Amino acid sequence: MQNVNTAFHKTLVYSIVGIMLIPILATLVYSISSRWGATVLPDGFTFDWYINLLTDSRFLDAFGRSLFICIAALTLSVVLILPAIFVVFYYFPKLHKVMNMLILLPFAVPPVVSSVGLLQLYADSEITLIGTPWILIGTYFTIALPFMYRAIANSFDAINLQDLMDAAHLLGASTSKAFLLIILPNLKKGLMASLFLSFSFLLGEFVFANILVGTRYETLQMYLYNMRNTSGHFTSALVMTYFLFIFVLTWLASRFSRGAN
Amino acid sequence: MSSSTLTQASPASSSQTTSRLSKLKPALWLAPFAVFFYLFQLAPMIWVLVNSFIYEDEFALDNYSEIFDSAFMMQAFSNSLWLSIWSSIIGLAIATLLVSSLRRVDSKIRDGVVAFTNMSSNFSGVPLAFAFIIILGTNGAITLLLKQYGLLGDFDLYGKWGLLVLYIYFQIPLAVLLLYPAFDALNDDWQAAAALLGAKTWHYWLKVALPVLSPALFGTLIILIANAIGAYASVFALTSGNYNIITVRIASLVSGDLFLEPNLAAAISVILMAMLAFITVVNQWLIAKSYAGKKK
Repeated sequence: MQNVNTAFHKTLVYSIVGIMLIPILATLVYSISSRWGATVLPDGFTFDWYINLLTDSRFLDAFGRSLFICIAALTLSVVLILPAIFVVFYYFPKLHKVMNMLILLPFAVPPVVSSVGLLQLYADSEITLIGTPWILIGTYFTIALPFMYRAIANSFDAINLQDLMDAAHLLGASTSKAFLLIILPNLKKGLMASLFLSFSFLLGEFVFANILVGTRYETLQMYLYNMRNTSGHFTSALVMTYFLFIFVLTWLASRFSRGAN
Repeated sequence: MSSSTLTQASPASSSQTTSRLSKLKPALWLAPFAVFFYLFQLAPMIWVLVNSFIYEDEFALDNYSEIFDSAFMMQAFSNSLWLSIWSSIIGLAIATLLVSSLRRVDSKIRDGVVAFTNMSSNFSGVPLAFAFIIILGTNGAITLLLKQYGLLGDFDLYGKWGLLVLYIYFQIPLAVLLLYPAFDALNDDWQAAAALLGAKTWHYWLKVALPVLSPALFGTLIILIANAIGAYASVFALTSGNYNIITVRIASLVSGDLFLEPNLAAAISVILMAMLAFITVVNQWLIAKSYAGKKK
């Protein structure tokens, strides 16, 4: 009876995961096949599509731009969120509730909706924002906010902030010194896990990039979209390269979050 | 040197008698965060709310009446709702099956599957649409393969059913990630106890497991619906904006090539947010009525 049950559960898990894997595996096979028509198996295998892709300067440029925007947005997020959370936890615990409500806004308001307002507000601003990477960095801060805030706030919950700060003060450290030398190292693992996770979904962001910037600053996702009419093998190689990158990022995130517990 | 240590040590050591002035400096540290949050989150939202009521420079409800009078707009709403509700329900059902079975297999398989769902939750938007075009598009490998054996009629990836499959695909990993921790609430002994009392497996699920899990299931359903209703990238990439859903309509009204009507887009956005708020309120009400809600 028990064995029958285990076999049933195993079959169920394997079949669902198996179906989920089909698009990924098919894309992988497609990306390394020279031609794949109406046959069960491709005609031959080749790495040409990857070589084409990795020598395409437009791809490398787009990838570089995406990396720049993601790193800049995450740096900005850390610089803005860390002190804010610290101040809320240490000086204004009553603000907790307000912050918990505010950080849900990026969830509740889909990017398409935000971009309606953003386009109108900044279309004619004195500093050009629309069509530049700067507006993306600002908006990416907002979409990373719920994840970053939750992860960092959880780490703050896990340490005894008040006691740690009191001890540091007693030993003569200033508040900023205590924050940098005592609190920050305690948050490191949670922070790293959330950074890698945020990185992987910021890299996949398309809505803001398409509506606010478009082709004026071609990011990885925009490049992917603009390449839709090229050979399917080429786009498969592109999708797989992207997926491999995401895989590494999520793997790093899970390693750090396991260390945090 | 010594004076600076003294002044900076004061906020914590005399926390009960802190004056308003000594809290001014820490409050300044909140300012940059507040400014950015306002500029990129609150200000656009306020713009959308206010301008949805402005029609030809006057305060009016015309944007809204235009939406409700337009069959095209109503079709966008019904398409969006149809896709998001069905993909959420089916995605949630599959995820529930997967998670419940996942807890009955070895930890090695479990860890692998959790890692896989973690990863595939980021496989959405444009790359996912591409993967689907490659396998299920008009000349997709699987389409051709199935057609060759006559197993596939006229399945159209770029229509309603194709989009539903795509939506379900990106809903499952999210649902699994949200549900997985919730199943910790189930005690394995309950199933054994139910079995001893003569309950069949489906009895146990209907009378014990589902009522206990209902807040988590409802909560997940809401997030899935919100996720699907706001989805834009995958549909846009798959159909180049030719399938009529709300997000595509909004985007084309602010960044399309033809008629730019930002205020109309704002009104659609407000209706969209109102729908999400309504669903959330209903969800809260259902949770309060559920087993876990009554226990509190």
